[in-house]
Amino acid sequence: MAPELLLVLAAILPFLGSAAAICLPGHARNAAAGLAGFVTVTGLACIGLLYPLAASGAPVVFAVDWLPALGIRLVLRLDGLAWIFSVLVLGIGALVALYARYYMDAADPIPRLYCYLLAFVGAMLGIVLSGNLIQLVVFWELTSVVSFLLIGYWSDNASARDGARMALTITAAGGLCLLVGAVLLGRIAGSYELDAVLAAGPVVRESPLYGPALVLVLAGALTKSAQLPFHIWLPRAMAAPTPVSAYLHSATMVKAGIFLMIRFWPVLAGTESWYWIVGTAGMATMLVGSWSAIFQHDLKGLLAYSTISHLGLITLLLGLNSPLAVVAAIFHTVNHATFKASLFMAAGIIDHETGTRDMRRLSGLWHAMPYTATLAMVAAAAMAGVPLLNGFLSKEMFLAEAVDSTGEHWLNLALPVLATLASAFTVLYSLRFIRQTFFGPPARDLPHAPHEPVRWMRIPIEALVLVCVAIGLVPNLTIGPALAGAARAVLGERMPDYDLAIWHGFNAPLAMSVLALAGGVALYRVFGARIDTNPRGGPWLMHRLDGGWLFERGMTGLVKGARWLEARLGTEHLQPQLRILFLAALAAAAAAGVARGLDLLAPGRATAFDPAFALMWLVGAACALGAAERAKYHRLSAVILVGGAGLVSSLTFLWLSAPDLAVTQILVEIVTTAMLLLGLRWLPKRDRAIPVPDSERVRARRRRVTDLVIALAAGLGLATIAYAVMTRPAVDGIGRWFVEEAYPQAGGRNVVNVLLVDFRAFDTLGEIAVLGIVGLTVFALLRRFRPAPDSLERPAQQRRHDADDRSSEGREPGHTTADALLVPRLVTTWLFPFIILLALHLFLRGHDLPGGGFAAGIALTVAFMLQYMAWGAAWVEERLRIQPIAWIGLGLLVAVLAGAGSWLAGRPFLTAYFAYWKFPILGKVPVASALVFDLGIMVLVVGASALMLVALAHQSLRRTRVAQGQAEREASEERA
Amino acid sequence: MELVLSLGIGVLAAAGVWLMLRPRSFQVALGLSLLSYAVNLFIFAMGRLTVGAPPVLGAGTGIGQDSVFVDDPVTQALVLTALVISFALTALFLVVLLAARGITGSDHVDGREPHPGQQSPGEPHPGRPQP
Repeated sequence: MAPELLLVLAAILPFLGSAAAICLPGHARNAAAGLAGFVTVTGLACIGLLYPLAASGAPVVFAVDWLPALGIRLVLRLDGLAWIFSVLVLGIGALVALYARYYMDAADPIPRLYCYLLAFVGAMLGIVLSGNLIQLVVFWELTSVVSFLLIGYWSDNASARDGARMALTITAAGGLCLLVGAVLLGRIAGSYELDAVLAAGPVVRESPLYGPALVLVLAGALTKSAQLPFHIWLPRAMAAPTPVSAYLHSATMVKAGIFLMIRFWPVLAGTESWYWIVGTAGMATMLVGSWSAIFQHDLKGLLAYSTISHLGLITLLLGLNSPLAVVAAIFHTVNHATFKASLFMAAGIIDHETGTRDMRRLSGLWHAMPYTATLAMVAAAAMAGVPLLNGFLSKEMFLAEAVDSTGEHWLNLALPVLATLASAFTVLYSLRFIRQTFFGPPARDLPHAPHEPVRWMRIPIEALVLVCVAIGLVPNLTIGPALAGAARAVLGERMPDYDLAIWHGFNAPLAMSVLALAGGVALYRVFGARIDTNPRGGPWLMHRLDGGWLFERGMTGLVKGARWLEARLGTEHLQPQLRILFLAALAAAAAAGVARGLDLLAPGRATAFDPAFALMWLVGAACALGAAERAKYHRLSAVILVGGAGLVSSLTFLWLSAPDLAVTQILVEIVTTAMLLLGLRWLPKRDRAIPVPDSERVRARRRRVTDLVIALAAGLGLATIAYAVMTRPAVDGIGRWFVEEAYPQAGGRNVVNVLLVDFRAFDTLGEIAVLGIVGLTVFALLRRFRPAPDSLERPAQQRRHDADDRSSEGREPGHTTADALLVPRLVTTWLFPFIILLALHLFLRGHDLPGGGFAAGIALTVAFMLQYMAWGAAWVEERLRIQPIAWIGLGLLVAVLAGAGSWLAGRPFLTAYFAYWKFPILGKVPVASALVFDLGIMVLVVGASALMLVALAHQSLRRTRVAQGQAEREASEERA
Repeated sequence: MELVLSLGIGVLAAAGVWLMLRPRSFQVALGLSLLSYAVNLFIFAMGRLTVGAPPVLGAGTGIGQDSVFVDDPVTQALVLTALVISFALTALFLVVLLAARGITGSDHVDGREPHPGQQSPGEPHPGRPQP
């Protein structure tokens, strides 16, 4: 298989597996675990096969265009560094998948866990394999989101929810900073491709934007790798299931931050600011982490703070600006991942088998689970830096760097001392972990009687401990080549000479190691018992500092501040909002006009004045003003006046060479007016008799004056701009091209229609989709709608009819009213086929003459609407089954298929085909795929507008039903 | 013509804005209609005014240099879709308005009367004759 394919397979498989896992039934533990195992092992095999290529120095690259307009490609890139991290992610992922199968309770929704876990594997691999900065940030944020889901997996647990929320808040905020930082880096380097950025190191460091870019990128890295002061999320993330903690806090999540710093080390490191920020953060984190770890009673809490401390150590190494320190950092990253994952798993086993993780209650587990105890002890010894284990080797390198790093800076002078101190703390808490859990008299009051776990649960730990020992004993045969490959990918020509030997002779680092071991043991002997009974409940000197409390205070303050601002600046009333909106639009337009210094009223092009046109607009303006005045008390006349204004604008279109618009406008006008009339029934007119308090009268008048000023300014502004533009000569835009090419390219003579269904068909597809959605929304809103009480009593005419009926022999009330529309009914019935014919005519001629799918669709709706109006909904629906929802779907389907048809010819979506075919009787008929598209438009328009009208019309039926039900209820109550 | 049309657009827009700032939802619905007329005409006007030269080609297959057409048919196409969308918008608004009126019992745009204690105009008055 081609190397690129292997790479793509490894990158995509976790996401496919994640999607598959969520489809499994809730109890399918074995299937989900098997799936996760298969995915991770296959990925591992793919990455493993690529080792020779990755180690050769030239990265394996697979790239596809993503946003070509921005020059951004999706790039998968595997070099030595990415290789070693991929192996960690996939290898430990596979072990965690196995472990979780036996750790999780059968009652938990297991497939969900594996779904998240695999998504996390995919996101981590995405970060590691990204060859593009933006892509890297996307995967980075994905890890934040998925880690939120993983930490909050037991969502009924409040601390899990809080921990997940805090982790997401901190790491996602860091991710946002990283995005900005990545954009800055890309701008400085001139490309978002990783290769280009890595090659642009000197340019970046000398750029004036280096400072902001550095701070922003580090904000991402330090939050993710839980460095002070952002470390607070990590201990709280321990509320996650232990397999998740073992994965997130050993090999993945937190290592993403480390990976980022290593990845950009050649670009960003080497400056004073890098040394200051990264070095100080790492040092502080290492010390505070190891100090806090000593005082934890919870096994997972201890491991959490220990993780923070080790991450601080790695960060400190990276901050030292020394190539050899980078090698040590990569080496320690691998070592930490192996021993910390196995320790988390051991802690999980202890929790699983005894029911507690409190070290003060645990004791003497050696007797019950000697095998697990041995494994945990080896791993803890690796953590403490005991010789012959992997932790020792990287810690030696760290101590050697601490000694070698010389300079004036106080950090340099203090470094050897502080490094030894932190190592002693590490020894102390490792010893406490082992001593208190496995030794001493067997514990009595444990929730469960402890025993060895099932065989399969131990296998992941065995594998990891084996790695610890193998690396510790024969580093050059195991990790050596891969480490060299990873370091070379970062350092290139600056690759230092180093030796991974166990024995370097008697030197300063060895002395410091021995001192730390001895010091740690001595400290434990002296203080061990007092730590257990620590009355402060937190680390000495630091128990008053509660990061979580500060975080919560900060968040509460943020919410309160936002509320305060909202109360000051916001309003939930519509009118002020609209007022602000209009004022803002006016201000923006005025500012633009003033800034450009446009002479808006300079005379220019003019079309010959026509008094008839002016007269028509006199009517239009009168209609508009009348509607504005009447809308409050006289709603029917207001609707009619608005219709009049619409009619004038339709005539304007006709006058000014836009027949298509005129046709569509007048049809739309009819339907809109009908709809408003239908709705009028539940829209009461305002009663003049309602008293308004005197205090309100003044305010209301002031409001009205303000609104009048805004309205006049808006009208005047729009008129001025319109006049100014219309009197300028036309811009030589693309318009002429459409006129010239409409016939040769699309075979249509009606340019507007060709534009809609051919040149800009994709746009139109969007429009009709919106129309369909609006139709469905109207339907959904009205389906469960309880109409307001009718605001009008029955018309006087109907009351007179009923009175007549009552006084006549043999007639029931309602007989006359039922026949009232007899003549219109007959007329509309006769008209029905003719309107349909008109609609078809409009549709068919649309490509060449004014008309088209929109107009035809609305005309067809008018045909239906007339029937409804004349006969009533019940009568029509007995005879005519219209299924508007099906029409909407059908229309959209036809339109999309018409567009997709061009794929068959190997052309892009919606490429039109046309020809003129000769038919025996009809003669030459245009046959264009655009016609099919137009058919889709028509069908959808009919569906959507009919759906709205029918939904409205049905309200009146429902109203009657409600009233009848009420009357019957009242009658039965009376009888009772 | 330009002056007449721009004044017309101005009057439509002013009436529309005025109505949209009114408190009753029916007024806002009508205002929206009027404002969309104004804006559609405004967009249309951006293509400049031409009398008697619709963008429909003659029976011949091509166009000559001297044939007169509107300067910019694109604005017409844009307005055509805008017409349909503003129709949909008006319909949606009308229905939201009806639903809000049904649920809240008030036709104020905020869903409640500004002065508590004042009777909603929608509720039948006690003294009003019932059908």
